[in-house]
Amino acid sequence: MKAFDFASPVSEAGVVGLLSGEPGQTEILAGGTDLVPLMKKMLATPDRVVNIMEVASLRGVSADSLAVTIGATTTLDDVLGAPELDDYPAIKQAIGGINAMQLQGQGTIGGELCQRPRCWYFRNGYGLLANRGRLVVEGDNRYHAIFANDGPAKFVHPSRIAPALIALGATLRVVGPGPQDEVLLPVAEFFRAPRHEGQRENVLAPNQLLTHILLPTADGVANATYEVRHGEGPDYPLASAAVALQMSGGIVTGANVVLGHVAPTPWISHEAAQAVLGWPVNTQTARVAGEAAVARATPLKDNEYKVQLASVAVERALLLAAGLPLEGF
Amino acid sequence: MKDFPHAEQAERPDSAFSRRAFLRGSGAAAAATALATGPVEAAEEKQPKIASGQGTSKIKLIVNGKSQEVEVETRATLLDVLRYQLDLTGAKPVSIDETSGACTVLLDGKPISANTKLAMQCEGKRIQTVESLGGEKPDAVPLAFVKHDAMQCGFCTPGFVVAVRTFLDKNPKATEAEIRQGLNGNICRCGTYANVIQAVIDVVKGGKK
Amino acid sequence: MIAYSWPKFGEASVIGKEHDRIDGLEKATGAAKYTYDVNPKGMLFAKILGCPHAHCKIKSIDISSAEKMRGVHSVLAIKKEGDEIRWQGDEIAVVAAETEAGASEALKLIDVEYDLLEVFVADDDLEAAEKAKRTQGAGEDIKVEDEPEDNVDEDEFNVAELERQFKEAAAVVEGYYGVPVITHMCLEPHGSTCYWDGDKLIAYLSTQNVSGTAAQFAAPLEITASDVTVKCDFIGGGFGSKFAPDSWGVLCAQLAKKTDRPVKLMLDRDQELKVAGNRPSGFIKVKIGADKEGLVTCWDSVHWGTAGAKPGGVSKQVVPYVLVPKNYRRKQVSIITDTGPDRAWRAPNHPQACALSQTALDDIAAKLGLDSYDVFMTNLVNATPKKGDASMAETYREQMELAAKLIDWKAKWHLHGKGQAKGDVVTGLGMALHTWGGGPFKGSCLVKVHPDGAVETYLGSQDLGTGTRTVIASVIAETFGLPLSTVKVNIGSSAYPEANPSGGSITVGSVCETSRRASQEALDKIFELAAKKLEVEADKLEAKEGRIQVVGDPKKSLTWQQACRLLGMNALEVTGKFDPATVRNSPLSSSQVGGVQMAEVAVDRRTGVVKMKKFVAVQDMGLVINPKTAKSQMYGAVIMGIAYALFEERIMDTKTGTFINAELADYKLPRLGDVGDIVVEIWQPESEYQRGVVGLGEPPVISPGAAISNAVCNALGVRVPVLPLTPKRVLDAIKKGGKA
Repeated sequence: MKAFDFASPVSEAGVVGLLSGEPGQTEILAGGTDLVPLMKKMLATPDRVVNIMEVASLRGVSADSLAVTIGATTTLDDVLGAPELDDYPAIKQAIGGINAMQLQGQGTIGGELCQRPRCWYFRNGYGLLANRGRLVVEGDNRYHAIFANDGPAKFVHPSRIAPALIALGATLRVVGPGPQDEVLLPVAEFFRAPRHEGQRENVLAPNQLLTHILLPTADGVANATYEVRHGEGPDYPLASAAVALQMSGGIVTGANVVLGHVAPTPWISHEAAQAVLGWPVNTQTARVAGEAAVARATPLKDNEYKVQLASVAVERALLLAAGLPLEGF
Repeated sequence: MKDFPHAEQAERPDSAFSRRAFLRGSGAAAAATALATGPVEAAEEKQPKIASGQGTSKIKLIVNGKSQEVEVETRATLLDVLRYQLDLTGAKPVSIDETSGACTVLLDGKPISANTKLAMQCEGKRIQTVESLGGEKPDAVPLAFVKHDAMQCGFCTPGFVVAVRTFLDKNPKATEAEIRQGLNGNICRCGTYANVIQAVIDVVKGGKK
Repeated sequence: MIAYSWPKFGEASVIGKEHDRIDGLEKATGAAKYTYDVNPKGMLFAKILGCPHAHCKIKSIDISSAEKMRGVHSVLAIKKEGDEIRWQGDEIAVVAAETEAGASEALKLIDVEYDLLEVFVADDDLEAAEKAKRTQGAGEDIKVEDEPEDNVDEDEFNVAELERQFKEAAAVVEGYYGVPVITHMCLEPHGSTCYWDGDKLIAYLSTQNVSGTAAQFAAPLEITASDVTVKCDFIGGGFGSKFAPDSWGVLCAQLAKKTDRPVKLMLDRDQELKVAGNRPSGFIKVKIGADKEGLVTCWDSVHWGTAGAKPGGVSKQVVPYVLVPKNYRRKQVSIITDTGPDRAWRAPNHPQACALSQTALDDIAAKLGLDSYDVFMTNLVNATPKKGDASMAETYREQMELAAKLIDWKAKWHLHGKGQAKGDVVTGLGMALHTWGGGPFKGSCLVKVHPDGAVETYLGSQDLGTGTRTVIASVIAETFGLPLSTVKVNIGSSAYPEANPSGGSITVGSVCETSRRASQEALDKIFELAAKKLEVEADKLEAKEGRIQVVGDPKKSLTWQQACRLLGMNALEVTGKFDPATVRNSPLSSSQVGGVQMAEVAVDRRTGVVKMKKFVAVQDMGLVINPKTAKSQMYGAVIMGIAYALFEERIMDTKTGTFINAELADYKLPRLGDVGDIVVEIWQPESEYQRGVVGLGEPPVISPGAAISNAVCNALGVRVPVLPLTPKRVLDAIKKGGKA
């Protein structure tokens, strides 16, 4: 690990004031579950680390009649335990999938959204894009993207909660770089596939801080997350889907379907949403939606199996949201 | 854009999506309203103290109920401090990341991996290690581990014991299904899981802390 | 001359009973000190720079910047200009610094230039390896039942005979099966903490070989073995990979000498996985023929795999595995890859050989539409090797019957792919069987009986997780008629009498041999003294319940303490020795075991996810000293088997030769929720007790690969040919319809 200066400001402005505009020069530290290993591997080599865990305003879950607000440094177990979020099973199921009490107790929801990709070329020091994607295409890409993989980024976005947040129409509050600067941004617009090594997987500037997640009230919105996981434990899913459904008289009148771990960003499937609109959710319509979700998939040489997994994930997330029994695990 | 038709979504989020959002109000509108009553920003902060990476800093930790002052590099992990300054070697280094659970300790009552927590972040905080479950009157969990032989080489065992204690504090009446669901943050290479399950069931039955 | 023996069947008071391991609480509360936990005052931390490339030549190494870094005490270049590197992670240089993080940071300042050479790491495709000229023949055997007439060329006859057998077979199956390389993944990585006391080296080493490593330190350091003390009170996993100090152990000692400070050098996780051993891969193309009952009559195979940048792989001696048909041809090829060298991995050769052979056997059952259980039973006539003079077939038959009952085979069985699906989930059954040696190794053991009755023992063995201390204490307590808790066991130092390494399942047999012999000899001396006092013949005495008494007349007795007081001023010291080379047919131990395992799995056909429902393991192991720890070994072996059957594999990037999943986060292992219900059954009829002790650590890890693969095949009706059975492999196999 490279030596670095360390500060623990107690206010958002204090945090922002300590961040540099130069990429990589300063890093924001929350739970530490991702940044600390990256620093040990010298994949992150900041000159300064800014601890945000002492900023009281960033912590906790609160609700009013219009929205639920989650502070960025709220730990995952606190999110899981928050009664304010009982109507958002999609979020709780996603966190439940991070099946390790240590990660849930230490990891924060903001950190979960901002964690770096698990791509093994990136983690082995070949860069986020691994030689403009060439190493991935020619190498072992069994866990890589099946959508949006024709650019240089082939990794899958690691966040397991983001698909649910997008499906639920959540917004992020971001502050900085100036002490008064504040932006509200739909979660869907937060992520991006980098085009060159200088970019990250989200639109945050190096001197901006994600402070809160704001969820519109979920009354009447059926929602769920389904992950296909190789085994138990905190390991990332092979593919996942989050859905949010507006139902009227047993018919879907509004639908958001977002896939995870299939593209460099959470992947919004309008095709799947369209497929269920105007229909009741049942095994047939769910299967049609699942198939629609992957109709345009472009698997790499080792990950064709993920196309089916993504399809099944959509199908089962729909059934789960509708309260119907699943046919599989 | 024609080069990368499928990358389009990933590159530029589909703004049509948010317009089409069906949830009450648009996300942004709801958010803005919420913020009016939402978190209140601390008004002013004096220039925060910056600890230099070139030297060491003195910090105070409350370890197993005892206040300890240690001098650390900013990059020292909590695990480094426990093992190399306080000689509390029950928490084990197994990987660079969070995946093994072998270094599980409680930080202000929450289970964490001490190897991914910087010691500087623990200033003034309460830390509980496996050693607090030993001593002259050992806790029921390590005793049950011995009774059910829930260990072989034993390197993962202290982390597992802390995880089980934490799990049972939250779920004192856990069923076997809940046990199988709730203890997946720890890896054992010798394969003691079957014995661990029996040990946990035994503690639940005993109803002891 | 003492007649060494165990108590008569059913008469033992300590052995054969379930005992908690005596060091259990130390382990469970973090008090046990492993090598990684030994932190002498003033200790420095050393870290190794591993080569980032798999195949290259060193152009230059410059350590000067690293040497100048704050907190760095010493930097050594290990390789020099012109050296060729054959695997990623190979040691280039080493740094000793004040902190671990500081040492790692300094590694980045070591400036190395490399000339990159062509990389080859793929081991699953024999033709590709041949094309790349990376193969090396490792021998070929042919054996047929009939013998040629005098004037016929034997080789030609054998080939023709094998062909004839295939023509006459009722069913022929041709298959491709594979088991990739896996690592040991010891949770405590390899390494040591070393310091010098003048010219004497004290090395805390994470080792399975306490007695054998002092000399290995001494030679490269140019001192004698008597100048080295190796210590290891607890070891965090070995599995066959920790028999030597290794180059990094010697480096640690050198750095300690150079800096005049204690030095700790433990490998980083990724380094550990890249350089500190692995299990060779095995892939096979096999054709087998059987009669209509499923009795395999002929076998023709070529198998290959890699043990790294040198020849090696799964020995052809164990292919086909256990059930060896009368007619076979087998060919082994090594693939030379730019990957880290293999090491012994729990039951070397056997798990791969079992997975490559008994899957093919199960495919015969599928092809003929037979119950796999019946086909295995039919093939027991070909069971090898023998257990003493008897065939193993009888052992296997009884074990199969027991295992089938425990898993309810008859009720749950359905033909391959013909089970009732529940939604997307299908279930299946599979089985496999295995053998192993497990005889004892030479060694000695010192037993000390103090005049106050205290009992101590010293031997340079170690506790790999077996419960070695508890086993030794049980044996000595049994001999002396004392409670287990009264025996103080000292292991883990090369200063103690030389004892076994812990490998090959020899630990329990070895320490039982020496500790029983030593304690029986000591007791004999105590009997002599007590006999005089009690005025009886020494051979009329027995040690029971804390007393030395006349057999059948407890009134004529001394307490243990009274008897020991007769020793006078000095403790009685007896060293028991055992060497299998000189002692034939020891009554205390034996070798050769068998085991049968059955798996029940559920498979989600649409996601390819496999879940363990139930697993039954039946195993013989001769006389069982401590059933509690013996069962733990079986549970553990089964879970390690589930790991390589469903989760773990080394993944190499073929272009760069990078071991891309060499961190715990990427190297998949089962968790507590993944293992299902495991039932372990020690098979111990009286005949097993009479055989004496046989080691157990390895055999139960052999069958899970084949048993689980067979269960998945039974569920799906499709063979997933290569382990581990990941969702990807399962779905790919379903898509291909099971054709390789």
